[in-house]
Amino acid sequence: MMQATKTKTNGVIEGYVAREPKITIDGDTAMIEAQNVYYRNVNDAVRQVIADGAKTVKLLDINGQRYIGTGLRAKGVKIEVNGTAGNDMAMFMDGPAVEVFGNAQDGVGNTMNAGTVIVHGDAGDVLGYGMRGGKVFIKGDVGYRVGIHMKAYENHVPIMVCGGKSRDFFGEYMAGGMLVLLGMNSQFEGPLVGGYLGAGMHGGEIFLRGEVEPWQVGKECGIFVADEEDLARLRPVLEEYCAAFDMPIDEVLSVPLTKLVPISHRPYGKLYVYV
Amino acid sequence: MTYDPLLERMPTSRLPSFSDREGVFGGERPAYAEESPFKIHGGCGLMGICDESGKLMSGETAIRAMAVQRDRGNGLGGGYAGYGIYPEFPDHFCFHMMYHDLAAKEAAEAVFDQYFVIDLAEPMPTRPVKGISDAPLLWRYFLAPDPHKLEMAEMTAEDYVVHTVMLINSKVDGAYVASSGKNMGAFKGVGFPEEIGHYYILEEYQGHTWVGHNRFPTNTPGWWGGAHPFTLLDWSIVHNGEISSYGINSRYLEAFGYKCTLGTDTEVAAYLFDLMLRRHKLPMELACKALASPLWSEIDRMPEDQQALMRSLRAVYGPGMLNGPFAIVLGFNGGMLALNDRIKLRPLVAARQGSVLMVASEESAMREVLKSPDKVWTPKAGEPVIARVEGMDWPIHGDLHLSASEVSCAVTGVENSCETVEVV
Repeated sequence: MMQATKTKTNGVIEGYVAREPKITIDGDTAMIEAQNVYYRNVNDAVRQVIADGAKTVKLLDINGQRYIGTGLRAKGVKIEVNGTAGNDMAMFMDGPAVEVFGNAQDGVGNTMNAGTVIVHGDAGDVLGYGMRGGKVFIKGDVGYRVGIHMKAYENHVPIMVCGGKSRDFFGEYMAGGMLVLLGMNSQFEGPLVGGYLGAGMHGGEIFLRGEVEPWQVGKECGIFVADEEDLARLRPVLEEYCAAFDMPIDEVLSVPLTKLVPISHRPYGKLYVYV
Repeated sequence: MTYDPLLERMPTSRLPSFSDREGVFGGERPAYAEESPFKIHGGCGLMGICDESGKLMSGETAIRAMAVQRDRGNGLGGGYAGYGIYPEFPDHFCFHMMYHDLAAKEAAEAVFDQYFVIDLAEPMPTRPVKGISDAPLLWRYFLAPDPHKLEMAEMTAEDYVVHTVMLINSKVDGAYVASSGKNMGAFKGVGFPEEIGHYYILEEYQGHTWVGHNRFPTNTPGWWGGAHPFTLLDWSIVHNGEISSYGINSRYLEAFGYKCTLGTDTEVAAYLFDLMLRRHKLPMELACKALASPLWSEIDRMPEDQQALMRSLRAVYGPGMLNGPFAIVLGFNGGMLALNDRIKLRPLVAARQGSVLMVASEESAMREVLKSPDKVWTPKAGEPVIARVEGMDWPIHGDLHLSASEVSCAVTGVENSCETVEVV
């Protein structure tokens, strides 16, 4: 299928082509065929159909196109991505619900403000970088520096749940929000999470389904066992996560959860102070 | 006896003096007119693909993998290397040359005439492509070292070629060796990678291994010779990142006779692999541990015998360690190797489909080329992904004959480590 539609212009082998994608409107659902279409044309089409009143946008044959849903401010809009979502999907996004049927590349949910991202696959590095609100649910594994510098303000509390395992620097410099790692749907060998877990963390909370060795954890974190109160807060989040991926919540909660929180609010508060 | 620069012994036991290094700091460096004086900040993209069964694939595969990663570059550099592409001349060293002008061509050809038997010299086949302009003169030569001169030089043919490459790159103004290996070649220039691939008519070449690169020049300008891959003999390196240890790496390499003249950090990676794999005969996995060393804190947690090996490796190859963010793919006759820096500061994704192993900066490149990969995964930082072509000597000309434990024994000087050390 890929081969048949491969574009050769005057013998020049091209990748994405800056042409308008085929759009089919059916009521308030818009279908956009994105195969080999340049990311700008795809994203322009998404914005256009939403401006024209579409509530569900289905993107077909996405393969690495960047910035899907980036900077999009809309309520009650659903974007369905079929294929491999490109870098910086849902960056600065404010409101929409994005669901990816495939894997997502790096930088998903970068500085995201509100809305939800659901990925039925794995996600890459720097997932949820500086995320300020909304929810990100990943079914499988995630890469390095996930949740780096997530932050919360009043009732803007970002929540991220990853179903697989994570590499190093999970929750690095975390300043607020909730990060959950389940270690369930994984193709990674080895431990649940790498090193430098929560390094430089000074706000928010990390929950891990299983245990970690002290060497894995940043000096700024305290390691605790999640208590009843924690579980009461977690349960609705995990219920929503399990509903998204059709997973049994009992299995998720069958293993004790480890909780990491910063032991200092301002670990470097006195670094440059003459005392 | 007349002065013969090729036969001049390179310093091996002393650190080079400042005058030896003038070439690096600008003194004798050839003035390439192709260089642009400005720099732009950004990132890069790369790919590597190897069919371990040895089945050949067209260069179009590499072009397509790079084309979907177009936005990782900015049109100031694209390039490829293909292996198994010259079956008519499998035992000749093939020099792909870039010349600023005819004078540079004459000067470089004088070097070839003096030291080699030239069996074929021809202009590189190209075609006009929109977006590609100001190309240098591009020629290729199928060469064999002059047997008499080679004997006089008391070197292996590979070392003889390395000296020739260093000689041309550092002394012949306006001439640059794009590649110098057997049955392989590098095709690179200023442009987007799909334009460069098309310019060199890459779809007409068939290779079992390809690497590709999309450049977004950061610390050095975009120019034809500065596009990736960087090569030496069979080795080709494509690199995304920044080797911040360039200074110490290049000084270390100079002590072994390598001259870093191209004004780009990636060059040191190609020479370090040549030094470690071909000359020091380190096993590939161990060379990767020297280049992307485990952190001291990680070494502290290893079993005792591995600790001894890793400590020795870091001590011996400390100045060869690559610091800073990088994802690199090394191509060679017999396979491919992909490696990340130890804390994963640049993207690298891998996929396998049957006998084909592929790596790239983005998963989309593999989805574009492999119709239904059996497995897609992200390699761990500092742990190489290695493909080897069945039935081929590797990594180069069948040079490698030490086992990992024999090397660890040699490096650590601990005899019992011969029995127990396994490098994973």
